[in-house]
Amino acid sequence: MKVLPRPKLVGCDNASPARTRARRGRPSGLSLSFLILFVAVFSANARAVIVGSKKFTESYVLGEIAKRTLNDAGIPAEHREGMGGTIILWQAVRGRQIDAYPEYTGTIAQEILKTDRKLSLNEIREALVKFDVGATEPLGFNNTYALVMRRSEAQRLGLHTISDLRNHLELKIGLTHEFLDRQDGWQPLRARYGLPQQDVIGIDHALGYAALKNGSIDVKDAYSTDAKIAEYDLVTLEDDLQFFPRYDAVFLYRLSLPASTITALRKLEGTLDESRMIRLNAEAERTKNYARAANLYFQGDTGSTTAAGESFWHKLMRWTLRHLELAGFSLLLAVIVGIPLGIIASRGGSTGHAILGFASVVQTIPSLALLALLVPLPFFGISVRTAIAALFLYGLLPIVRNTASGLQDIPRALRESAIALGLSPMTRLWQIYLPMASRSILAGIKTSAVINIGTATLAALIGAGGLGEPILSGLNLNDHATILEGAIPAALLALLAQWGFDPLDRVLIPKGLRL
Amino acid sequence: MTPAPKASGLQEMSALVELADVGKRYADAPALHSTNLPIERGRTTVLIGPSGCGKSTLLRLIIGLITPDSGTIAFDGSQITPANIDTLRRRIGYVIQEGGLFPHLTARANVLLMARYLGKSHEEMRTRLLELCELTRFSDNLLSRYPIELSGGQRQRVSLMRALMLSPELLLLDEPLGALDPLVRASLQKELKEIFARLRQTTLFVTHDLAEAAYFGDEIVLMNEGHIVQQGSLVDLREKPANDFVREFINSQRALVFT
Repeated sequence: MKVLPRPKLVGCDNASPARTRARRGRPSGLSLSFLILFVAVFSANARAVIVGSKKFTESYVLGEIAKRTLNDAGIPAEHREGMGGTIILWQAVRGRQIDAYPEYTGTIAQEILKTDRKLSLNEIREALVKFDVGATEPLGFNNTYALVMRRSEAQRLGLHTISDLRNHLELKIGLTHEFLDRQDGWQPLRARYGLPQQDVIGIDHALGYAALKNGSIDVKDAYSTDAKIAEYDLVTLEDDLQFFPRYDAVFLYRLSLPASTITALRKLEGTLDESRMIRLNAEAERTKNYARAANLYFQGDTGSTTAAGESFWHKLMRWTLRHLELAGFSLLLAVIVGIPLGIIASRGGSTGHAILGFASVVQTIPSLALLALLVPLPFFGISVRTAIAALFLYGLLPIVRNTASGLQDIPRALRESAIALGLSPMTRLWQIYLPMASRSILAGIKTSAVINIGTATLAALIGAGGLGEPILSGLNLNDHATILEGAIPAALLALLAQWGFDPLDRVLIPKGLRL
Repeated sequence: MTPAPKASGLQEMSALVELADVGKRYADAPALHSTNLPIERGRTTVLIGPSGCGKSTLLRLIIGLITPDSGTIAFDGSQITPANIDTLRRRIGYVIQEGGLFPHLTARANVLLMARYLGKSHEEMRTRLLELCELTRFSDNLLSRYPIELSGGQRQRVSLMRALMLSPELLLLDEPLGALDPLVRASLQKELKEIFARLRQTTLFVTHDLAEAAYFGDEIVLMNEGHIVQQGSLVDLREKPANDFVREFINSQRALVFT
């Protein structure tokens, strides 16, 4: 079995075996077998402290700062950027796929602990202990939710508070999907203020700013430290009924981390006030470079320029290789599993129907949903494995279906001629049936390859990297150039795969079938 | 169902194939009613009858593509079973209307397929292949062509070579000339008859064409609706038709056969 290459680690590999054991915990029988199967992936994960971040600028910057802080304390650390929303990060820290990530107290109470009460930090800590998770003291700023509008529009209508929205049914509201669904989000806010607006649209956070700027929407949710508020000349509507809880930024971390790691992380407490955070966010959005924004935090530190971003070509290479790894490995698995399944399916009967039915159903699950469904499963979580598993499932149907139909399309007369000659079933399959179905099977593999290369861009959503990484951060930064850095190479790869199969056709399809 | 006590001439050994009370149903319709038929050695037996009369079913039962619901089939004295059918198939050649050549293999590879599978020596295969080319008048220059590059007649020659490669004791031909144009068909008929005579080949030949049946058949077996209606020479069928169906069948093709 092919073993995945270890992700590139920041810092050195000198984690002691004792610490490795402590981090992995006692393996159960099941996890022991996983250890054997995926030892390289696991050991890579086991060596560095992994800091996760959510999919928005501030979280990226905080993740980067934590990584630098740990590195400066001599602790190897890795930053998994923009892995997803709250639940994904929370699952990841509970499932030990990451060790720490930046979170907000209000979010912890509402989304993780699912309570409507406003909890003190100590109450939060007590509640988190049973998950083996701890929280630092506040980092220093309160990034609460806010509703924002264009300053000109607010002045024209004389709007200052959220209560003022009651009389303006005509305003178009666009909210992030997370805010729409949160327990401290739109529905309770609307109920509390008695807002009449029913018709709100869900829109990505960064795209929402663009929509607000060009007038497609008039009101959107924002974080109070968003750099865009200043950049686009927006105003925050006052939360006059004190609906939003405090969102003090803290780091959540696994309690079983070594004390030195926790101490290093806690050095960040009280070091970031709101204006400083806005500056860092603005720097990140201006330069499109989180590492540079994090550097601002360390200003005066002598090593502050060393972490400047890697060159574009180097990054492109890294994304592309990971992308090929994701698409290639999943395709290989799909071929290895799909062709035998297709052979069985070609024989029809209830088993054949079940196989084709299963593969078709998998195909109908939206790829994003399939990823999300795999994440909570014990073996998968936030990882390359999950991405490969999802892509593998996606790649299966075209191969299974084309193998089955290729075999079924062999005329009965030829099938019977092979039997009548006295060839054994295995020989018939290998020397007669499979070669005759080769064109159809290869077409299925080609379809799978192109689908997988396209779908692999979604792997970045769960931190598995690839060319989806620049697409996601570009979406997050509302920066088209960054989106294209991922989109163009991904499209080129898909075209190359398409062309790459033509020579393969000549090798693998017998000449007699190509005349 | 007339039994066939026709041991005229050279035959002192038992029949090569012996069908005893063989019946076959497809879904709800009987394809072959309980049937007895010996296939005599060294002779060409022709099965004839209208479409769906059961003649192809009978052939497919012998080569084991389908299994009988009742009765037994014996080949050279031993009963055909799922356990021995693969071995017996190597002693039987089978040619179908469309030739049944595998499109991804050259003519040579098609002919040698089974010999290679059995691990025959190169020398043996080469000699036999040249022998067969000569016998079927197939130019050995064409051996490296793929089926799609050959004419219909050439394809049937290759198919025949493939069937004869292992020198089978029995040759089954299911309308082998049915898809050919009349000129090619006439010349192949002549050649086939010479080949059978030269090899003293036991042959079971299925056709729906009475002229062809008369040309090849030492023995003609006329079938209808899953029954053997009458068997004998063409003269027997014409002079002593067993029933109205035989009379009608002969008359309908009379112009072709007797003028």
